[in-house]
Amino acid sequence: MWSSLPSFVAVYPEILLVVVASIMALADRWVKLKDVFAWITIATSVIALIMVFAVEGAVFGNSYAADTYGLFFKMIFLLALIMVTLVSPGYNRMVGIHFGEYYALLMFAVTGMMLMASSKDLILLFLGLELMSLSVYVLAALLYSDLRSLEGAMKYFLLGAFSSAFLLLAITFLYGLTGTTYIDVIAKKVFYPGLADNTALLLSAALFVVAFGFKVALVPFHMWSPDAYEGAPTSVTAFMAVGPKAAGFAAMGRVFIEALYNARVDWVEYLIPLALVTMFVGAILAVVQTNIKRLLAYSSITHAGYAVLGIIAASREGMAATMLYLFLYLFMTIGAFSVVTLFRQKDFLGEEITDYQGLSKTHPWVALVMLIFLFSLVGIPPTAGFIGKFFVFKAAYEAGHHLLVIGAVLASAIAAYPYLRIVMLMYMKEPEKDLAVNVTPYVFAGLIISVVGVLILGVYPEPVINFARTCCAGLIP
Amino acid sequence: MEISLSLKYIPILITALIVFVIGLAMVIINQVLGPKRPYSEKYLAYECGLPPTGETRHRFDIKFYAIAILFAVFDVEAVFLYPWAITFDQIGFFAYIEMVVFIALLLVAYFYAWIRGGFQWD
Repeated sequence: MWSSLPSFVAVYPEILLVVVASIMALADRWVKLKDVFAWITIATSVIALIMVFAVEGAVFGNSYAADTYGLFFKMIFLLALIMVTLVSPGYNRMVGIHFGEYYALLMFAVTGMMLMASSKDLILLFLGLELMSLSVYVLAALLYSDLRSLEGAMKYFLLGAFSSAFLLLAITFLYGLTGTTYIDVIAKKVFYPGLADNTALLLSAALFVVAFGFKVALVPFHMWSPDAYEGAPTSVTAFMAVGPKAAGFAAMGRVFIEALYNARVDWVEYLIPLALVTMFVGAILAVVQTNIKRLLAYSSITHAGYAVLGIIAASREGMAATMLYLFLYLFMTIGAFSVVTLFRQKDFLGEEITDYQGLSKTHPWVALVMLIFLFSLVGIPPTAGFIGKFFVFKAAYEAGHHLLVIGAVLASAIAAYPYLRIVMLMYMKEPEKDLAVNVTPYVFAGLIISVVGVLILGVYPEPVINFARTCCAGLIP
Repeated sequence: MEISLSLKYIPILITALIVFVIGLAMVIINQVLGPKRPYSEKYLAYECGLPPTGETRHRFDIKFYAIAILFAVFDVEAVFLYPWAITFDQIGFFAYIEMVVFIALLLVAYFYAWIRGGFQWD
């Protein structure tokens, strides 16, 4: 009787996460020491991380495939989960959201992302996206007594729901044209001359661009992100800046590179102007920000603009560059947000850029760590940010988008200013007030991981780029 | 043939006309013959004895929302249980396991609401 059951080995990591998350949500009431949830989350993520490397195969009638492409993104998601969990205990206790449901929601969101990255069926992709989005909406609204948080979460929810509708409509058009929602079959049916220049297919591709544009915050679909990033608890912001963004790119790879590869002439046309506008708007608006979380929000918009260059290149090398970029972006962004969480006190936000004035005198080590992350975000060697930019720019240049790359370089010159302004405040001004920093062993470990990641990957990225190249080999025929 | 077909509907037309005329007559006769002693409550729309008008952006208790979500939990369960039950003899043991898993996941939501006091009104 049992032998007739299909094998579910490929989804064991997701099953593990869902089961543990459910138990944590239920157990919260009886557990007094909330740090236990952080330990369980980290242990579960580590086990899941080992499992995703061990499992392979397809399940659910081939709609889910644990392939190497999914593997790379799952590695990003689970590392993000571990690092965000390390940030959380100290900060969340300070703002009063330290409980089991928080970690359970993080795990549900990561499960959704993992489903997205491995889905071979557009319906499963949509389900994963919804599981991820709904969990993150709730996480963004956890500080519900704070109006700022509520406003950001509401904007995020409404625009997110709107973009889900776009995604469904895009899937509908594609289904109408090809008669299937399977990505492999769509890839075979879309070719020149034929379906690939069908008007409805172009419309479908445009709707996909809008839907994923919302998720990864490409301009002009970025309006929610500064408010949502500012309002959400900083630990959640760190997660939002990395997880859903990487998941959005994973889905873009599945849809654009895998399913619609033969129609690339068309969707590349849509993405090029978006990438340009995204890089410039993100860079220019970051200049005028006074709140560090808003600044990092605009910075993450700019970085989404860089990362999309690899998709525009529409090549194996380009996709590998985007994947590498997201992997490196994980360390610098969560690292920078971790530093932001250190200054939070019960009655003090510590989110203004002027709060960082003279930090090198009062807290030299914190200032040094922040300096490393900011240099990485600017893209100064020998940090990871430089390597990431180098590979995406190279991939886009080799694909023949020369003007676009020139624009990207100009944008990154503008984008350097806001980061360097913080560096200037930290190192060249006298401190006005003595800030207290709230360093727990968890966030200390998280910061060490981020710093080591940023510096080591900045000088020795070969293993990761080679791994990314192998991982996306199956994506392009 | 065509004429006889449309002739079939003549009685319906006649009925409709009679209903219309009687209805109209009742309203008109009421207006003409009926006594008129108006006061303000009489001109209000009737709504179960409550004041019939008010702010449209009325605040209501968040508990109703929680109840609505709990309803969704059971509603979704029922929606999937029916087709499963009808085809149970054809889809076999695997579908049984699947449904057990599905209900177990819904039970997580149910127990969560229970533990958090979602079933207590006060």
